[in-house]
Amino acid sequence: MASERLERALEVARRVLPPKYYQELVEKLEASGLDDERKALVAEEAVKEYQRAMVQPGEAVGTVAAQSIGEPGTQMTLRTFHYAGVRQYDVTLGLPRFIEIVDARKEPSTPIMEVYLQKEYWFDEEKAKEIARRLEYTVINNVISKIEWDLGLPTFKIYLDPEFMKDKGVTVDMVISALKKAKLGEILVDDDNPYVITLEVSEKHIRPQDVWNVAVYRSIEAKIRKLYLKGVKGIKKAIIQRDEVEVDGEKKEAIVKIITEGTNLEEALRIKGVDHTKTISNNIHEVARVLGIEAARNVIINEMIKVLSDSGLDVDIRHLMLVADQMTWPGYVRQIGRQGVVGDKQSVLARAAFEITAKNLFDAAARGEVEKFLGVTETIIAGLVAPVGTGLVLVGLKPPARQGLGDGGEDGGGGGE
Amino acid sequence: MENPRLAARILRPAVRPYYMREQYVVDSIHFGVLSPNDIRKMAKTTVVTPQLYDTDGSPVPGGPRDPHFGALEPGERCPVCGNDRTECPGHFGKIDLARPVIHPYYSEYIRDVLQTTCRSCGRIRIPPKRVEYLLKIHRRLRNRWPKLARALEKQIKEEASKNSECPHCGARQVKIRFEKPLFFYVYDPKEGERLLNPVIVRGWLETTHNEDLELLGLDPKRARPEWMVLTTLPVPPLAVRPSITLETAMRSEDDLTHAIIDIVKRNEKLKQEVHSGSPDNIVEMHWFTLQLSIAAYIDNELNIPLVLTQRRKRPLKTLAMRLKGKEGRFRGNLSGKRVNYSARTVISPDPMISVNEVGVPEDIAKILTVPVVVTRYNIEELRKLVMNGPFKWPGATHIYKKRQGVKIDLRFKTDLKGAAAELEPGDVVERHLMDGDIVLFNRQPSLHRMSIMGHRVRVMPGKTFRLNLLVCPPYNADFDGDEMNLHVPRLEEARAEAEELLLVEKHILTPRYGGPIIGGRQDYISGAYLLTIKTSLFTREEASRLLAVAGYEGDLGEPAILKPRPLWTGKQLVSLFLPRTMVYRGKAKVNAGELSCDGPECFNDSFIVIRHGRLLEGVFDKNAIGAEQPKNVIHLIARDYGHGRGRETLDTMYKMFIRMLEMRGLTMTYSDVEISGEARKRIRELVDEYYRRVEDLVERYRRGEIEPIPGKTAEETLELEIMNVLDELRSKAGEVAVGDLDPFNDVFIMAKTGARGSDLNIAQMAAMLGQQTVRGQRVHRGFRGRVLAHFKPGDLGPRARGFVEGNFRDGLSPTEVFMHAVAGREGLVDTAVKTSQSGYMQRRLINALIDLIVDYDGTVRDSTGKIIQFTYGEDGVDPMLSYHGKAVDIDLLIEKAKADVLGREDGNDPGAS
Repeated sequence: MASERLERALEVARRVLPPKYYQELVEKLEASGLDDERKALVAEEAVKEYQRAMVQPGEAVGTVAAQSIGEPGTQMTLRTFHYAGVRQYDVTLGLPRFIEIVDARKEPSTPIMEVYLQKEYWFDEEKAKEIARRLEYTVINNVISKIEWDLGLPTFKIYLDPEFMKDKGVTVDMVISALKKAKLGEILVDDDNPYVITLEVSEKHIRPQDVWNVAVYRSIEAKIRKLYLKGVKGIKKAIIQRDEVEVDGEKKEAIVKIITEGTNLEEALRIKGVDHTKTISNNIHEVARVLGIEAARNVIINEMIKVLSDSGLDVDIRHLMLVADQMTWPGYVRQIGRQGVVGDKQSVLARAAFEITAKNLFDAAARGEVEKFLGVTETIIAGLVAPVGTGLVLVGLKPPARQGLGDGGEDGGGGGE
Repeated sequence: MENPRLAARILRPAVRPYYMREQYVVDSIHFGVLSPNDIRKMAKTTVVTPQLYDTDGSPVPGGPRDPHFGALEPGERCPVCGNDRTECPGHFGKIDLARPVIHPYYSEYIRDVLQTTCRSCGRIRIPPKRVEYLLKIHRRLRNRWPKLARALEKQIKEEASKNSECPHCGARQVKIRFEKPLFFYVYDPKEGERLLNPVIVRGWLETTHNEDLELLGLDPKRARPEWMVLTTLPVPPLAVRPSITLETAMRSEDDLTHAIIDIVKRNEKLKQEVHSGSPDNIVEMHWFTLQLSIAAYIDNELNIPLVLTQRRKRPLKTLAMRLKGKEGRFRGNLSGKRVNYSARTVISPDPMISVNEVGVPEDIAKILTVPVVVTRYNIEELRKLVMNGPFKWPGATHIYKKRQGVKIDLRFKTDLKGAAAELEPGDVVERHLMDGDIVLFNRQPSLHRMSIMGHRVRVMPGKTFRLNLLVCPPYNADFDGDEMNLHVPRLEEARAEAEELLLVEKHILTPRYGGPIIGGRQDYISGAYLLTIKTSLFTREEASRLLAVAGYEGDLGEPAILKPRPLWTGKQLVSLFLPRTMVYRGKAKVNAGELSCDGPECFNDSFIVIRHGRLLEGVFDKNAIGAEQPKNVIHLIARDYGHGRGRETLDTMYKMFIRMLEMRGLTMTYSDVEISGEARKRIRELVDEYYRRVEDLVERYRRGEIEPIPGKTAEETLELEIMNVLDELRSKAGEVAVGDLDPFNDVFIMAKTGARGSDLNIAQMAAMLGQQTVRGQRVHRGFRGRVLAHFKPGDLGPRARGFVEGNFRDGLSPTEVFMHAVAGREGLVDTAVKTSQSGYMQRRLINALIDLIVDYDGTVRDSTGKIIQFTYGEDGVDPMLSYHGKAVDIDLLIEKAKADVLGREDGNDPGAS
């Protein structure tokens, strides 16, 4: 039986504290072994501390966020680094990646997907391999060692590489059917050596007058190399990795996941066995298109966290959330810059003060725009008080002038209503 | 309809007292295009000759320096307004163009109009019904969704331009080709392409209808398209383009004047040709050059075959260039302004002043002044200041006499006594900067708000600003020649804000991550460590010397050791400064390796326990008292006991740490990094062993036996393997060296406590530098197949590719020095690139987020009242007031409850509890 004071304190805490804090409070109080009186004190103090830590109205949270992110910018690493644990490819991190995120580039310089499997396959490496193979975009070029042809003879010899084929999970039949589909000509298979396929190109593709034309042969070879075998478009490579994840809210365990170089979230989510709730791409626009703007917002935040933590920088997540929200709140992804957030500002002077000064001013003239001086940049330009912090306060008190203070006070005391 | 913030907004100027100038408040600016009529009405003179001055040096009427442009010379009276140069605002003039000219910046709008309207009836090429409908939508969208309105305009343009027949009059339409930024061509199937001259363009534009123009995004009331073809050109007043007189009495005109001269010349020439009835092609040629000249006058960086230059060399700086860029009008003069009442000089350290203070040289204090209104309460003091005059500190420089409405400059006043006697309430004295005044102190680059903080003045001898070492981290300052700026807020409102919001103590905690940004570095840390280790025991005299520097007055408490003589521990002394109710647990920085402790029950003394404000266990080092260490001692004090208490701690306890070092001494000698012959031999052996391994790798690579990592070539794989091997060598050698050195020499104390340097640095001094890299790879560029001529071509060995076996103590070989310099250069280049890139990123971030604030209802909104977040940061917590991101640290609260300090006031009475 909890004491009345404790009950009351917990009730207040439940109402005031965010659920996460409240839950933590209850759990930790439970485990603390304190008496009820002290538990009540803790709960009361927790509420007080929370309320003490609230932001004040007028706080320039935008500027603070920009500074908090920009200030450590010089400490960010400049180069791209190896991906944690896997040496097979590099991922852009550090300042270049961060700039990419705030720029909202259409395509990241190193697009990557993290594909998670559905729960039943969490420890199933075979299934992971299978899915990885289905993801990897494979063309004939990926599984051959060479293509031979002689000028004057429209016959192409395709040498398949058994090892590559095994690695990519491609069979000879798949190659043959791909070639058949392309309808380039007759396909001859050597039964003794199935790994050499001979292709006699029809006259439709190499016309008699072109029999000695090298360019034609080259273009046919290129066509063959590019023939689609399997996989998802845009995914260059798929690598299986182990990742620590909490299983059933219990201790962490290493589950199988697939990292892909190149992204195609839409197609990847269609594959059976892929956990569509966890699988994610690092391409903001792709995520916005496939999963919606809220998901894009989360990608922006998480990608920024990745960069910052890789460089060992400590930035409060609230700042990152604000940036992400400012980029995404209209429902589409906007760049931090003249093409996006700044360009969308309604203030002519704020836009002109940022970049492309002259054009902004002339456009404003042609469109008959009006500068209303609502934002910070504009008010500074006009020598007004910016509507931020103490400048937001419209109520002022004009104390009665004290006798004998000279008349110094007559203009003092706030310009409010 | 409009948002409430907009309605409630009051354009409030900064409150200024009466002795400052009257001011006007800008309410709004309406942008528009000047019509020829506007220009004519504005103009007070017409420029018809390029001549500036007569032979006698007086300005030529009708020239670009006509007196009607405004009075600029001392003693000159303006013929237009009758004022002298201080009052005359300057007046515009005009040039009547012989032929119209297209404005380069509006030409895209002109193109839109030409491509979408009918050449014969002037209506937009969209059926009337649809125009009506579109207009309705456009008007609705325009104010609320400007972006959508623009998208609609784009669609309308496409639709209209596709229509090759006018739906209004049925006329066939022609294709218009636009050549940026000035010329329009008509495509005629029969005659081919033909230039559309501005006269025709203007005539066409005149026929357009207002509603149609709205659909194209134009505001026909403020910007009729025909106004975008200039018939008369405004000429700005002289004040905008002043001339300078050189010492040789030669006059040098402003670039704008030169550009205007050029235009007038060409215009007059064109006029002449037109009047004399010259052939069309001659007229057109002169017309063409006039167009170019005017375009260049507006923007000299346009893509046209003319750049106005002065004497064939330097391009003239014309109108658009004055506005553009970092030093342009906007960023250089409007967003950022130069100020008075500021000072800049070199900074130097002073550990004895408060963190809240700044030492100001007397010379500067005599120049910077603060206005003080005379009242009957302060009149005597101010009289004394006035009597000291402007040259003796503390004095005063000026007096504003309220009654007479004049300003007295005390520099030229001989009768200071008289001036003092005449002082009366209501007057204002500009007095010197004095102790206790609040000033703003700043170091560039101003990357965060802690780059400008409020300090209290302390006037001192010397020529440098003095600041407490503990405020170096927020400013990122050191004393290798850094300079800082100081600003004096002069009005009561500004001073009040500086004290309440900007004072250093209010910025001990940073909003970046919810931790202290002010705190100890370097000597503070090693000093704190040496003070608080178990072996530090102090006699009454020593303890007193330590406490005296902190200004402690009070009881020493019971000594930890009584016999043979009373001795106090450093922990006891430190505890005297901790709040009585303070509870803290945490690992010290030295908590690593052999000295690690997992909890309070540990003899290594590396787990900090503070209970009831007593340091019971653990040493103070970087983790406890350092700057930028969240959840440390100073963080807790500043958050839980107020920033005032935080500052007090910084001003008292921290001084003791420095005194500790002064008493004990801390230095580094050459022998601190000298390793024994044995260790030397061991490192030699390691080098031989690992070099052999590298050789093996290279050998295997040569034979093609290296198994490449998927996705990498054999060569890349080899490089990776070699790097790994050599990296291991460096760390092994480092371990040997570090293990060989005395772990309690001063260098180690500095590294282990986090004061300065790391084990890696020690290893580099004592053992070897290790692999030098460029772009993450071994150094490999230079000559063909080798970096330097000292190596054989194709040598892939460690030395040839930048492995440095030498150390800083023994010195490097010549090739090693080269390799080290190469890697060092890369570091310098990287920093340079990074600063410019991240600087630009921050500028964009600031511009994008600057208007976002927390509103009274707890939402985050922009300046137009749009909601960005419903609750700031999803929990409404200010990161600055959080414990490293969390609003409440429940573990700490439970810890406090266990210590029974919850809800108690901090008595800070050493005898209590």
